This record gives sequence, C-alpha cells and structure tokens, in this order.
Amino acid sequence: MTLTAEVARSQGALRTFLHGLPGVDQVGAEQRAAMLGTRSIKTTAKAQAIDLAIRMVDLTTLEGSDTPGKVRALCAKAVRPDPADGTCPSAAAVCVYPAMIGVAAETLRGTGVHLASVATAFPSGQAPLAVKLADTRAAVADGADEIDMVISRGAFLAGRYAQVHDEIAAVKQACGDAHLKVILETGELATLDNVRRASWLAMLAGADFIKTSTGKVQPAATLPVTLVMLEAVRDFRAETGRIVGVKPAGGIRTAKDAIKYLVMVNETAGPDWLDPDRFRFGASTLLNDLLMQRTKLATGRYSGPDYFTLD
Amino acid sequence: MDFSYAPAPESRSIVDIRSSYGLFIGGEFVDGKGEPFKSINPASEEQLAEVACADAADVDAAVSAARHAYDTVWGPMPGRERAKYLFRIARIIQERSREFAVLESLDNGKPIRESRDVDLPLVAAHFFYYAGWADKLPYAGFGPDPRPLGVAGQVIPWNFPLLMLAWKIAPALAAGNTVVLKPAETTPLTALLFAEICRQADLPPGVVNIITGAGETGRLLVEHPGVDKVAFTGSTEVGRAIARAVAGTRKRLTLELGGKAANIVFDDAPLDQAVEGVVNGIFFNQGHVCCAGSRLLLQESVAEEFLAALKRRMAQLRVGDPLDKNTDVGAINSAAQLVRIRELSQVGEQEGAERWSAPCELPDRGFWFAPTIFTGVTQAHRIAREEIFGPVLSVLTFRTPDEAVEKANNTPYGLSAGVWTEKGSRILQIADRLRAGVVWANTFNKFDPASPFGGYKESGYGREGGRHGLEAYLEH
Amino acid sequence: MSTESQRLAVRKTYKLYVGGAFPRSESGRSYQVHSASGDFLANAALGSRKDVRDAVKAARSAVAKWSGATAYNRGQILYRVAEMLEGRREQFAAEVSAAEGLPPAEAAALVDAAVDRWVWYAGWSDKLAQVHGGANPVAGPYFNLSSPEPTGVVGIVAPAGSSLLGLVSVIAPAIVTGNTVVVLASTDRPLPAVTLGEVLATSDLPGGVVNLLTGSVAEMAPWLAAHMDVNAVDLTGVTDSTLARELEVAAAENLKRVIRPSDPDWQADPGLGRMLSLLEIKTVWHPKGV
Repeated sequence: MTLTAEVARSQGALRTFLHGLPGVDQVGAEQRAAMLGTRSIKTTAKAQAIDLAIRMVDLTTLEGSDTPGKVRALCAKAVRPDPADGTCPSAAAVCVYPAMIGVAAETLRGTGVHLASVATAFPSGQAPLAVKLADTRAAVADGADEIDMVISRGAFLAGRYAQVHDEIAAVKQACGDAHLKVILETGELATLDNVRRASWLAMLAGADFIKTSTGKVQPAATLPVTLVMLEAVRDFRAETGRIVGVKPAGGIRTAKDAIKYLVMVNETAGPDWLDPDRFRFGASTLLNDLLMQRTKLATGRYSGPDYFTLD
Repeated sequence: MDFSYAPAPESRSIVDIRSSYGLFIGGEFVDGKGEPFKSINPASEEQLAEVACADAADVDAAVSAARHAYDTVWGPMPGRERAKYLFRIARIIQERSREFAVLESLDNGKPIRESRDVDLPLVAAHFFYYAGWADKLPYAGFGPDPRPLGVAGQVIPWNFPLLMLAWKIAPALAAGNTVVLKPAETTPLTALLFAEICRQADLPPGVVNIITGAGETGRLLVEHPGVDKVAFTGSTEVGRAIARAVAGTRKRLTLELGGKAANIVFDDAPLDQAVEGVVNGIFFNQGHVCCAGSRLLLQESVAEEFLAALKRRMAQLRVGDPLDKNTDVGAINSAAQLVRIRELSQVGEQEGAERWSAPCELPDRGFWFAPTIFTGVTQAHRIAREEIFGPVLSVLTFRTPDEAVEKANNTPYGLSAGVWTEKGSRILQIADRLRAGVVWANTFNKFDPASPFGGYKESGYGREGGRHGLEAYLEH
Repeated sequence: MSTESQRLAVRKTYKLYVGGAFPRSESGRSYQVHSASGDFLANAALGSRKDVRDAVKAARSAVAKWSGATAYNRGQILYRVAEMLEGRREQFAAEVSAAEGLPPAEAAALVDAAVDRWVWYAGWSDKLAQVHGGANPVAGPYFNLSSPEPTGVVGIVAPAGSSLLGLVSVIAPAIVTGNTVVVLASTDRPLPAVTLGEVLATSDLPGGVVNLLTGSVAEMAPWLAAHMDVNAVDLTGVTDSTLARELEVAAAENLKRVIRPSDPDWQADPGLGRMLSLLEIKTVWHPKGV
C-alpha cells in the first residue's frame, strides 16, 4: 500500500501519522528564515530572480468590488506586465472570484497565462461540502484551470483530520484536470507544528499545491511558515516521489521580499521548485515593484509608479 | 532552474589598513623592540600589514603604564565615571561596526555575515552590559566592598579576535582594573583598531594597553611580576603552561580552553532545526570555536535519516570569499591550522572512519578546508577525542539516554554540549547530567553578554559573561 | 592515686577513614603523634600514595549519589553531623586542647565554633543555588539559567594549626554543595580529624563523601595534587611555599581548580569564597516558542 493510502485509511491512522511528524522548533525555524533573508542577491542573479518572480505571480484580485473592467485590465497586465518592454515575461496566472471567471477566460484565452479561481466558500470555507463541490465544478466548467480551495480550519484544529482529508480529496476529484491549490490559512493554525501537519494532510489528500493564506487573515504568508511548507514538500517528494508546489500568498509586496522567498525555495526545497509550476506568489502590488526593480536594473535609474499600470 | 548567486562582496574601502602598526602603550602607538611580523589575509595570503612585536622591555613598559593608570586614575575613579567610558566605547563600536566587521573578516577569514551579524553586535553588547556594572559592584553578590585586582594580563585567541577582546576588557575595566592585552599573532588588527577607539573615547592613557607578538610575548606578559591577574583563552596545552607559570604566585587566573562538545540528537528531535543546529554547531566560524559541537551523537533509530538530511544541508554551504555576503564558511585562519586539520582528518581515515566532504569548489589561493563529516566513529578514535578546531564533525551513534550521557561526558573537556529532543523532562535531566559549562538544548552556539560562559574539567575555570564574569576581576 | 587510675585505660586506635571504613594504612606504617607540649598522644596511621589512590577512588564513587542527592537531603545529613559533633564536644575539646596546647576553656570555645561553623554551612545546601545562580536576561527568545554544580572530587590539605575549627571550615564548604573530598589532616595535629571521621561514619553521610588521611602532607600531597581524577585541590594547609608551588604545578596537569595556601582567622565570617571556588557554573539555554 502506498503511504497515501496507508495513512488515509482511518482517522486514527491519519492522526498517528501527522502527530508522528518531527516537531518544529519555532525559534529555530524563524532564525533559519531570517538567516536566509540576509542573502544578498545582486546584478545578474537579481535580474534572473526578478524575471522568475514575475513568472510566478498569481496576479490576484479578490474583492467584493471587483468589476469586469478591473478583471480585464488585470488579465491584460498578467499577459504583458510591462507593455513598454517586450522582454518582460508574463505572470503565471490570474486569480479571481468564481463570478469573474468568464470575463477572465475570455481575455486570457490562448495567452498561456493560467486562470485560477478561489472556490469552496472562500475565504471562510464555512459551507456544506456539497456547496463546496458545486462551487468547484462550476469554476472549472466556467474555464478555471486552477482551483484555490480553503481547508476547514475548525475541523483541522479540532483534530478531525479525516474530515479535512476527505473534503480535499473530494474537491480534487471535482477539479478534474484543473490543478488544486489547498489554502491552509496558516494565520489561523497557530503553530508551525500545525503548519507541517496541515501541509502533509493536504498533500496526502491530493493537493497539487499547498498555499499559505487567503489574504483575508493576518498574518498571511510569512517566511517561517513558507519554510516549513517547503520542508514538507521536499520531504513528501522524498517519501512518495510526487512534487507538490508551494504558494505563499498575501503580504508579499516588494521585489526584495519575493527574492527572499526564492532564496528560501532554492536552499530548502531545491532548484526543482524554482519553476512557476512548483512555486507561485499570490499577490497584487508585488508585480509593480518587480517591474520597477526590473526597470532599475535595465536602465540604472530608479523608476516611479507613474510609469507602470495600476492594478 | 539553477539560481546561482552573483558575487556580493562587501566593500573593503570602508577600512583603512595602515602598512604597519606599533604597540599601544600608555595611550600612544610606539615601536616594538622585537622583530615585526606580518598579518596576512588567510583567504588570499596577501599581506595586510606589518605588526610590531613586543619584547620583554615592551611588556614591562606596558605593565608599568597599566600600573600607573591603575594607581593614579582608573583605580580611584568612581564607578559611575568608568561606566560612562565603557558606554562611550560601546557606542563608538556600534558606529564603526561595519569597519570592524570588514577588518575582522580580512584578518581572520571568517564570513562577513558572521562578523557583521554575530561578532560585532556581541562586542558592542558586551561593553554595554559591563558598563552598567561599573557603578553597581557592591550589588553583584561578591561582598559589600568588592575591589579590583590591579593590572590584568590578558591573552586571547584568533578565532573571535574582537569578541574575545571584549570578553576580556569589558569586565576588567568595569571592575576597575587596567589591562595589558595581547591579541593572537595571526589576528591583531581589530585589537589595534580598538586601541584607536580607546583614544577616540578619551580613555585615560594606560587603562588599555595592546601589545602584539607571538607566544613568547604572551609568556612574558603572564609571567610578568607586575601582573595581578591573568586571563587566557586558547588551547588547553597553553592553558596548562600558564597555570604552571602562575603557580606559587599571588596572580589570579581564569582560563577558557579547548572543548570536544557532544551534540546529542534524540529520535524525537525537531529534525530540521536539529540539522541547522548541528551545522551551526560545527561549521560556524569554520569550526574554529572552542565550544563547537564537534561530536554528533545520533540516536540509532534516526541516524540514517538524519545523516541524509545533514549531508543535503552541508551540500548547500557556500564556502569561499569571506567578504562575500553570501558566504557561509570562510577561510581557515592560518596555514598551520590547516595543516593540523588535514593531519587529524587523515588520522580519521587511517583509523577507519568514513569521510564525506561537502562538494564545493575551493579557491586556489588561501587556506581552505571543505566542510567534512566522519561517520562510523567510536569513542576510541582520535577524531572523537582531540579538538580539531576546524570544520570537521565526528558522528557517533547511541541507543539509550544513559549511553548518550556517558559518551558525551567521556572526555577530559567540559565546555559545552547540545541536546535535541522535544521532550521537556528529558532535556532537564540530561542537562543536569552533562558535565559542561554551557548546555544548549534545541539550539546551539548562542552567546549573550548576560549569560556566563566557561568550562568544566580541562576546558578551564572561571566564567566570562554575566554577573559571574565579574568575579574573575574582583577581590572578595 | 585515685581509684580511676587503677583501671587500665582502653586506648583508642587512630586509623584512616576511607570509603566509610576505617582501614590502617596499606603501607602498614604508623607514626607517633605528640601534644603541643611534646607528650606522646597516640600512634596514627602514616598514609601512603596508595592510600591517596584508594581515597580518591572512594571519593569518585561517592560523587554521583552525593551530588545527585537533593539539596534538602544534603542539608539534613550535614545538620545531623552537627548534632553528633555537639554530642562529642568534650572529646573534641580534649583533643584540640592537647593538639593545639590550649587551655580547656579556649579549646572548648573552638569546638563550639566548629560545630556552629558546620551548622552554618549545612544551611547553605539549599540556598547557594539561589544566591549564586539564576535566570539571565539574554537578548532573545530563550530560557537561560545558570546553576552552580559541584566540581567533583576535591583534594584538601587541612590547616596545619587549627585542628578542628580549621578542618571543618575546609571540609564543610566543599561537601555541602555536593563535592566529595580527600582530606590530608594536619600532620602534627591529626587526632581531631580521626575523631571527626568517627562522627561522620556514624552519621548518615554516605561513605566516600569525606575521606580522611593522616600522615605526612609532604609525602601524600604531591600524589593528590597530581591525581588525574581529582577536580580541585584546596592547599590551605600547605605551609611550605616550595611545596605549595610544586603542588600547584602538579595540579595544572589536568587544570584542577586550586585554592592557594592561607592561614586566615578561622573564627571570622568565612564568606562564600570557599564554596564558590569549588563550584562550576552550568548555563542551560532553551528556545521559547509555541
């Protein structure tokens, strides 16, 4: 029996497995993250990192006030982030609410930029499973090829791991060919031990990506949380051979921040994850800062927001 | 994708290295009467400066200057005034910390990340800490009227040149002593820059005297009859010789010597942090650390998994230019030290231990040694008993907690130890049983001016840091 | 002639006290002990290097149990010793009087001071760690605690002159914190030490915690100072400065902690110095996280 089938057998087996994972010492993890944050990425390495980061951005708008016009503009920006510079790569995806999938799909068709939709009663996840599955199927049917779901944090924190597992597995099935990103909402998980357990739980249930946050809860993505998730995908690959991606989302606003994450990916999960299929940034304002830094590297002078399109 | 970090060198233009340096005696730089020696950059073998060598007459002059300052100004000065000088020094070090960090990395070979983020912050913190004690000594627990000892002769090693200077000078001055300090022959430059700081702080002449030279100068200093207190950090061998030299005198002595620390990893350890701790424990500062976790004791049930993770992590260590901000492991401090590390590593192989070195390209010039581990090591191997003082880790295994403690304590040294387990009660009991002056549980190589540091057994005696560190410089 | 003198006295045999037992010297030697006025008092065992070796072994064996006992328990045991010393005041007074050539009243006062000194040290057992250890406010998320621990086996050269007060003033501060000791009694005034051994043997003090050797300090001390399984030497009673230097040099071989010779006023407040000199400070760090 595979590891996945073995531990998913029962609530007891899941609990035994997840609680048998090595603990995470918070102070040690934070120090490791801080140390990686001191890496100095300059010149050619910086240019390489900025382009990679642009290619990893899930350009996101998840507001009640989103309009078709805003979503079209966002899609255009994802495809050509810097209209003045043809060498600038596209972002990885656009991430929207289900109601906006149609508009976005139209704009993105044939561009190679993925279309992600949040689903499963985002951001709280407080809905019956049937509703979550319907939400997912509708999003895929409307044209989303990536689904960002939220786990039931209440069930997870109450130790009902089988419930969380089975929900993720069911959503994964509902996704069909669409990639599933599982949002752990680490800001509500309280400890890094829980982040590690939730990461493994999501991966065991079939997640293609594990994602930190909805962006609606503080704290959103942090370096220590992402470190623990990167360790989890690294260890999961060693155990099962399957590569799961990681997506920190929320709170990453500057190129400098993004580069810290890339350094962490490089030195934790390894170069295999330095790929938009394995690592994403869930962000909105980040893209403009990446573009400004890119321009600075190319021109040698500092740029200003007037020279980049509004999100 | 291959993400190779472009070179990110710290600029060395911030520091102005003079072509030659004199001795700092009585507040002035003076020529030494011994044969000058060269201080080189171990990462490139380039000469950094020519440095004066103090002979017997120079040592005598330095001790006299210290005595005079003790008798006339520093001894009689109220503690609150001494405190302000020390605060002043601490501030200047903070202001000029980048300059010190670059110079330290140039002269010592340690990565700029460490000199910048570890050494210099700790140096400033140490002066701040002891500055505050200068006017509070009656409350330190050493009697109502603790008095200074007089002139302290201090000899420090090359692994943390400025930090060891701070550990020696700050408590000595706070307690009201004056000092003659001899930095190591291979790393004198930051101590000489510190001499300039003393002038900048208007510290009265003679309170701090810095004399440079090799072992002979150190011997002359500790044996000088005008010295009331000897403080030494360095090898156990030299520590023994000093203990013999001061025998039968009234000189007080504290020694911080070698170590062969065990880092014990239980199967319930927080593995990723334990790997980091083990790496930091032995590869921090190229393993030139007396409290380095140079013996890894792995519980059998987790040994294989842990070793795989350790090797994976070691393969990521960035070895090279100490001034590159991304360097994790810098240069071995001297040709002589490199020879010793190589010799003991060869012994390890000859004795049948299995050697594995991290795959890394080493520069052509300078002194380098790749991070290395030996597995299949037993207590009987020399690499499990002798201090290598380099980036070489000996890995042993154990089955039970008793066995771990027994192996950890089975050494003439007793400076530090590490224990990794998520079980609180186990930590506390094992920490009680380890015969070592510092026990790091679920962490390693942490230092703080408020925290006493020093060894059991042949790792020396006396403590540096904290309230306990004052005792070495007070008559009580 | 009184009637008592017609009864033949039962003379006391003065032996070594090692590992809780009273052996004769393995060398089979003894020497004559005289009073301050030159009268023959007794034969005492003339300890040898092998007696030193055996005593160190006994002291080492006792370290784990004694240092591992709770501080409260050590305090109880030492106080019990004081109770028993009190019961032997007259015997000690007679021995001190003879050894030191003091009038009975002065000798009795010294014995009282010795008992009081012992009581004073006994009370430190569960207090010193609070006075000399504690939490350190480090600049980071760490629990950081320094605690004193015994250094291990301590070799003591007891004061040459002060045969009981001086003796207890060097033994008590060493053992109260959990060290075990090998004591070379005053060569010329060893009898109170042997009697102290008898008191200790009948107290609850585990065998090997205190080992008392009589004989020539000059002969035995070099073996004690050079012994590689001894952690510290207290040379208080060494009166020959050349010997003192040689002992300190020998002690350097394994970096023993050294208390140099001195002849303090034994009646004065001893302070913490002797206890602190025979302690190690252990500092434990642990991260604070969730």
